[in-house]
Amino acid sequence: MDSSLTGPPPDTPEIPARSRKSPRRLAAGAVALGALLLTGCQLPTFGAYKGATTQARSTFHLWQGFFIAGIVVGGITLLLILWAVFRYRRRSDEMPVQTQYHTLTEITYTVVPILIVLGLFVATVLVENKVTAVEPDPATSLHVYAFQWGWEFEYPNGVKVIGQTTDAPTMVIPTGQTVRIYLRSYDVLHGFYVPEFNFSRYASPGYWTSFDFNVLHDGVYRGQCTQLCGLYHSLMFFNVRSVSPSAYATWLRVTGAYQRAHPNSIGQLPADLHANQNGTVPSYSGNSGNSGNSGSGNTGNTGGALYGD
Amino acid sequence: MTDVIAPPVETHEPTELHLPPEVPGDGHEPDHGGHEAHGPTGILKWLTSTDHKVIGLSYMITSIVIFYLSGITALILRLQLTSPHSSLLSFGQYNALFTMHGSLMLYLFAGPFAFGGLANYIVPLQIGAPDMAFPRLNALSYWLYLTGSITMLMTIFVAGGAAQFGWVAYAPLSSATSSPGAGPDLWIMALALTGFSAIFTGVNLCGTIFYLRAPGMTMFRMPIFTWNMLVTGILILIAFPVLTAALIMLFADRHFGTHIYTAVGCHLVNGLPMRSCGSPLLWQNLFWFFGHPEVYILALPFFGIVTEVLPVFSKKPVFGYKGMVFATMAIAALSTGVWAHHMFTTGAVLLPFFSFLSLLIAVPTGIKFFNWIGTMWHGQLQFTTPMLFCLGFLFAFLMGGVTGIMLASPPIDFATHDTYFVVAHFHQVLFGTAVFAGFGGVYYWYPKMFGRMLRESLGKWHFWLMFIGFWITFMPQYVVGLLGMPRRVASYPSNLGWQSYNIVSTVGAFIIAASFAFLLVNFVVSWRKPIPAGDNPWDAQTLEWATTSPPPHHNFTHLPPIRSERPTWDYNHPDALTVPHGKGAHNGHANGSGNGSGNGRVKETV
Repeated sequence: MDSSLTGPPPDTPEIPARSRKSPRRLAAGAVALGALLLTGCQLPTFGAYKGATTQARSTFHLWQGFFIAGIVVGGITLLLILWAVFRYRRRSDEMPVQTQYHTLTEITYTVVPILIVLGLFVATVLVENKVTAVEPDPATSLHVYAFQWGWEFEYPNGVKVIGQTTDAPTMVIPTGQTVRIYLRSYDVLHGFYVPEFNFSRYASPGYWTSFDFNVLHDGVYRGQCTQLCGLYHSLMFFNVRSVSPSAYATWLRVTGAYQRAHPNSIGQLPADLHANQNGTVPSYSGNSGNSGNSGSGNTGNTGGALYGD
Repeated sequence: MTDVIAPPVETHEPTELHLPPEVPGDGHEPDHGGHEAHGPTGILKWLTSTDHKVIGLSYMITSIVIFYLSGITALILRLQLTSPHSSLLSFGQYNALFTMHGSLMLYLFAGPFAFGGLANYIVPLQIGAPDMAFPRLNALSYWLYLTGSITMLMTIFVAGGAAQFGWVAYAPLSSATSSPGAGPDLWIMALALTGFSAIFTGVNLCGTIFYLRAPGMTMFRMPIFTWNMLVTGILILIAFPVLTAALIMLFADRHFGTHIYTAVGCHLVNGLPMRSCGSPLLWQNLFWFFGHPEVYILALPFFGIVTEVLPVFSKKPVFGYKGMVFATMAIAALSTGVWAHHMFTTGAVLLPFFSFLSLLIAVPTGIKFFNWIGTMWHGQLQFTTPMLFCLGFLFAFLMGGVTGIMLASPPIDFATHDTYFVVAHFHQVLFGTAVFAGFGGVYYWYPKMFGRMLRESLGKWHFWLMFIGFWITFMPQYVVGLLGMPRRVASYPSNLGWQSYNIVSTVGAFIIAASFAFLLVNFVVSWRKPIPAGDNPWDAQTLEWATTSPPPHHNFTHLPPIRSERPTWDYNHPDALTVPHGKGAHNGHANGSGNGSGNGRVKETV
């Protein structure tokens, strides 16, 4: 059901990737047999995105491990409840034995959950360290500003892409390279969320937050604000378009030249530079999202006022 | 003597109950203060009473009214989401409505219903006390709560409308700049009022449980419901003052020009941060330092209800009583150290610490689960309406708990934070506790409160419709959350395949709503054609079932001897006392107290 909805088809089989992940084996080792019985050779996605970045893949594998652990532990508990409900339904007026304690059982169901939790915690920390790791020297870095209700992407050479609500901006990044995002908000809290990156981070006023990702394949990935930010929170979309490093360099150079030649156009790109050209990118209310007339003047003014140069 | 405590009865057949002669069965309003010779009656009694039973009922009725109102808001929200770009509500109306839904449910229904309503009514009865420790403070609690509730509801009528910043009121969205108007101010006022009401109730619960227990009612003979309410009371005293303080600072930010939570402007002075600017993160830290204990303030009372109901309808004692108590304490202790798991995606909290403590809560919660299962094990289960509701709680809370463990892992939280996955998770947890277990408690204690039974058939309609509707409503939300649908959106893109899940979810919500019509009908039927309940229609175990239904003004004229945590059971079943710790699978004398079966029937006069 979900595999068709979870992004680009995976070329890589899951099993080798999985066996590299010691954390997942820790979490799922005890239950691998059950999982195989359930699923054949390849683990299902359990509804989640496989992940379009290396970090997202790690998260995805952790998700699989947690899901299997959840199925096993939850399933056993469920079976125990169902057994009690069906087996011990009232059959006679006989008084049950009034047992109140059974020390060994109680110790067992205290110690075993502690061990499971320790396993889950180790797996969590290992993956979390990968997901939150920042490289000392990222290939490219962007400053992302969120505002009510849109996004501004600022590139190292001064290129700015700004868009809001019905005109979602697109962030162009190089595939296969480390991209550093410095994230911040101009006004209230926002949430920078790309579902296929399996990642979200608050954009907050008052402090910078940063994270890295390495996109695996060229493509367009939709993003959206997840943290309630006021009236048009529902419409705060953006896209991430990942292209080859050379195409990225070209786009950056051409766009930079255009913006230097048109200093009043800050944040607004003509149709041929507007990166949002992929028909699969959703946009609000049927707008194809790549309309060339993207200029609600407010957007430019917002950027201009804050960056007046 | 034997007429005070009814013998065990057949379930499903309330008409065959043993009827003590003093129980009114003539359709007149039951006399709540049956043994109260003086004092006002009628509406004046309700307005002036300091009786914990009257106040508890006032609390419960008020909070159930709020529950129904809040349920209606949920239905409107769900209707909006049946189509991607619905014109039913504007964005602003939608934001106001989900703010109202969350605020009503969390601040004004679940908590007050549990610790103001049920606990107020039941705890003194369970420990053999004549009233709460501070009856006037108790009355003040209720009136503050009612005032706060009305204030909250009235915000929809002020200019600018009700608050639109969600029940968490994250700064700086809740600032005067982003959320101007009287609606947010009144929202703050409403919470301050109900916050004080909760604090006073917490004081009262702790005072009552520590000081007003009947002779023989040692701490480790208290019913688990009372234990949980004691721990809840302590958690209230830890958490609610923090909320009140945070709200006062928010109010100062909005009106007195302080910049405690405001960072707007920090980065605008020549592009450099100003040195003195506030911190929006502070609000989140303070709010969740209240908010996560609050989650357990909303859960522990309902765990207590389940722990009362399951033993009664399994005809067994609570399995692992002491483990249950220590698990409750462990949950409470851990709950004060996990607040930042709501803030994993801020990038500003220590992930492993909060992740570990959050995962660790699964251990005492798991102990409770296995204790509940152990209670049913080898029992004689009777599937009365309260029992069904508590079993429904087990299934719902199991699902909500498993997804909660997933969310305690920061990478998974990064992927699902603020999506419908989280919405589904916390609704399953809170619906499981406050609604399944909460209304299980209503069905369970209604006979004690009003001296009349609710109809089992209507109750079972209520349960099964709600149970089915529950899964239809919330399971699709997990899926659509994993697909990336954020919470609190009034519209969503139409080309992402989210609509069908939302339609299914809405259908489920209306099934739940339909189920609650049966509860109202049940109330009306029980009022029009009462089936007298007797003192102990469920053959229950704890002290509240040893007095009349409804109890007299000071609760007890006589008390059975209290020699275990289930004195009423011991009195009624002297040949089926709790098997002593260890093995010994034979029925024997309990706890070395030395009371023979004959001795157990001697009542002690208060």
